[in-house]
Amino acid sequence: MSVKLLLEHDGKEGIRNYETWALNGGYRAVEKALKMAPEEVVEEVKKSGLRGRGGAGFPTGMKWSFLAKPEGVPRHLVCNADESEPGTFKDRYLMEFLPHLFIEGMIISSYALGSNTSYIYIRGEYAWIPDILEQAIAEAKAHGWLGKNIMGTGFDCEIYVHRGAGAYICGEETALIESLEGKRGNPRIKPPFPAVQGVWMRPTVVNNVESIAAVVPIINLGGEAYSKIGVGRSTGTKLISACGNINKPGVYEIDMTISVEEFIYSDEYCGGIAKGKQLKACIPGGSSVPILPANLLLKTAKGEQRMMNYESLSDGGFQTGSMMGSGGFIVLDEDQCVVRHTLSLAHFYMHESCGQCSPCREGTGWMYRILKNLEYGKGKMADIDLLWDVQRRIEGNTICPLGDAAAWPVAAAIRHFRDEFEWHVLNPDESQHRNFGLAHYADDLVTA
Amino acid sequence: MKITIDNISIDVEPGTTILQAARQIGGEVTPPAMCYYSSLENSGGKCRTCLVEVSKGSEKDPRPMPKLVASCRTAVMDGMEVRSMTSERVLDARKGVTEFLLINHPLDCPICDQAGECDLQDLSYEHGDSGSRYGFVKRTFEKEDLGPYIQLNMNRCIMCFRCVYVAEQLTNPREHGILDRGWDAQISTYINKALENEFIGNVIDVCPVGALTDKTFRFKNRVWFTKPLDAHRDCPTCAGKVRLWMRGDDVFRVTGRKDKWGEIEDWVCNECRFHKKKTSDWVIEGPTKVDRHSVISQGHYVGLKKPNDPLEILIGKAPKHTIDIHKVSDVNKPDIDLSLIAGPAHSDDFNRSNTAPQPKEINLQESKVKKNDP
Repeated sequence: MSVKLLLEHDGKEGIRNYETWALNGGYRAVEKALKMAPEEVVEEVKKSGLRGRGGAGFPTGMKWSFLAKPEGVPRHLVCNADESEPGTFKDRYLMEFLPHLFIEGMIISSYALGSNTSYIYIRGEYAWIPDILEQAIAEAKAHGWLGKNIMGTGFDCEIYVHRGAGAYICGEETALIESLEGKRGNPRIKPPFPAVQGVWMRPTVVNNVESIAAVVPIINLGGEAYSKIGVGRSTGTKLISACGNINKPGVYEIDMTISVEEFIYSDEYCGGIAKGKQLKACIPGGSSVPILPANLLLKTAKGEQRMMNYESLSDGGFQTGSMMGSGGFIVLDEDQCVVRHTLSLAHFYMHESCGQCSPCREGTGWMYRILKNLEYGKGKMADIDLLWDVQRRIEGNTICPLGDAAAWPVAAAIRHFRDEFEWHVLNPDESQHRNFGLAHYADDLVTA
Repeated sequence: MKITIDNISIDVEPGTTILQAARQIGGEVTPPAMCYYSSLENSGGKCRTCLVEVSKGSEKDPRPMPKLVASCRTAVMDGMEVRSMTSERVLDARKGVTEFLLINHPLDCPICDQAGECDLQDLSYEHGDSGSRYGFVKRTFEKEDLGPYIQLNMNRCIMCFRCVYVAEQLTNPREHGILDRGWDAQISTYINKALENEFIGNVIDVCPVGALTDKTFRFKNRVWFTKPLDAHRDCPTCAGKVRLWMRGDDVFRVTGRKDKWGEIEDWVCNECRFHKKKTSDWVIEGPTKVDRHSVISQGHYVGLKKPNDPLEILIGKAPKHTIDIHKVSDVNKPDIDLSLIAGPAHSDDFNRSNTAPQPKEINLQESKVKKNDP
């Protein structure tokens, strides 16, 4: 049984209410943090080695220390609750079932950054969650944890919940800022970074929900103790939202010391592949990260056991590895068609591209059309190379990471499953009603 | 601040962008810019044609930048080294961007009013491929009417956002913008409204392609047949400095004065642009200097030295032929005088070698009779 820091009180009766939360040690962290200087809180987070949980894995403490602090200019903390990555639903779980943990994290983070007005930008599809959060904020305010002069420290803080309108691109931090300002959610061109010019041209830190919630155990345990959980530079615990063809889909908290194999097959977590089938492939970190075939997922190219942490998942680069990403763990069993799966992702990225820069606007639509032809048996062999060329020219040439996110899954699918694409070209009729099968990606754990 | 672009060094002011520095050097190293417009705030960074490789970040931090950067929005650092035309990676990326811009472009240059002064034509000539690999139906939009002066052809649009910035920064309130997202994004007014601001005509000049064109000039002439003249008038709303595009004594079109980089120097009001189409309205300063490479200089030869007459050079010298055409070809034999053959030459005429062609007898009277004969 691994350590549970975030989901410690998950499932307790009435944990959404302030009273129950307070009985379970709630707001202890805020009390402790308010006694410290803001710089000390930042220092603790730095010591903890917490890495951003939104996808890129950038150290949170470092991000906080980059925040520009010009005299007389207000600073803001914005929480990115626009969790739109297909396959990721960990933030939703946190906000829905443990709202006070999240609000606690918001208060501590606001205090550390000197943000008197903080925002939670929540995606529009989570229509019922803002009410839960607003209730939690109201309760916290009633008990003096928010508002003017919190607990006599002279620190004022207000938290506002802002509902997005449901665009994936608004999960990109600068697009989120634009949207928060009331404009069209187009990503800004960086530099300037939000740490210098963010919301209303003021220094801003944009953090993921889970990163902010993780600040609470960091303060409770202390940065040192937190950094000892986990392995190497992957410290602390991580929420993984597992879905796909597994027996027990859901949100799991892991301490990054377990292996991918254990995560998939152990009854504590996913509980194995559903209906006794075999593992074909998996996307370990949300739809944007490269897909891995079973043989590369369970073992790295060097033959080592692949672990559920930042370093191990990205071992081998994009050639033979993937990324931790946002922790959306999507499992594909032997019945799934990788071409169809890639087509559905390509359609998503085409639909969600903001249309600002040309490689992404035109390229995502082009990739979708080529993939559609391939999937429906109208493709040619040359299309696979063309698809590769198109994704290569999108990747890295766009304003924001959406272009990369659109290109990576396609690249990885061609890299690892090229024979499946070729089978689609060679057997156009058959591929409509039959899956290519496992071929050599077969899960050696079960077959051996 | 010292910056080196393609091994050419230049000293520039702090805060200059790489693109501006490259423009100061000029020539080949200047990256193409489809969306950047120096007089419009926040423009640039969208089309990605101006991507360059930064091989050395600065004197302080010499690490190269991992990604290609948009030169129009990246500020110069001291000691920065940039590779534009010398980098394979940059050229490949630009080729890719050009291809992306062209996949949905209708390529209707023969009927497009922008042809001849179109940035996309130049871009595809410099960085494009000879053919398209896009095998799908091109994206089309419904026609939209923007009023009596401005013609919007959304199919040609490359989404540079220049016109949106013009509207945002010059006119109040902004009447048009981007609707929809991604693949379907389009320039439009909300609920088909005409654009009526007195400076909105400038969107025509900033548009790099033929998406926004002048309705009063539509299908009237090709730009390379008209002759540009600089002119001015005393205008109460704008600077009144314009360029007249004339053919004979008629003013076909009035635009702003574009500089070397295709950017207009002074904004022109709608009154000057659309209503002053007589030479008597204007004080003409003289012909515009047009770059010799521009298709607009076609037939004008403004400021051009007349090429030497090749016959003068050849006087006294026998022309040197690399091959004797008669050795390789049966046609055009020197002993056959085609002018003597009545009617079009036939292959039979050439087969009669070494004999003078037999002129067919033409009896004019006979042919006349034949014609009249029922």
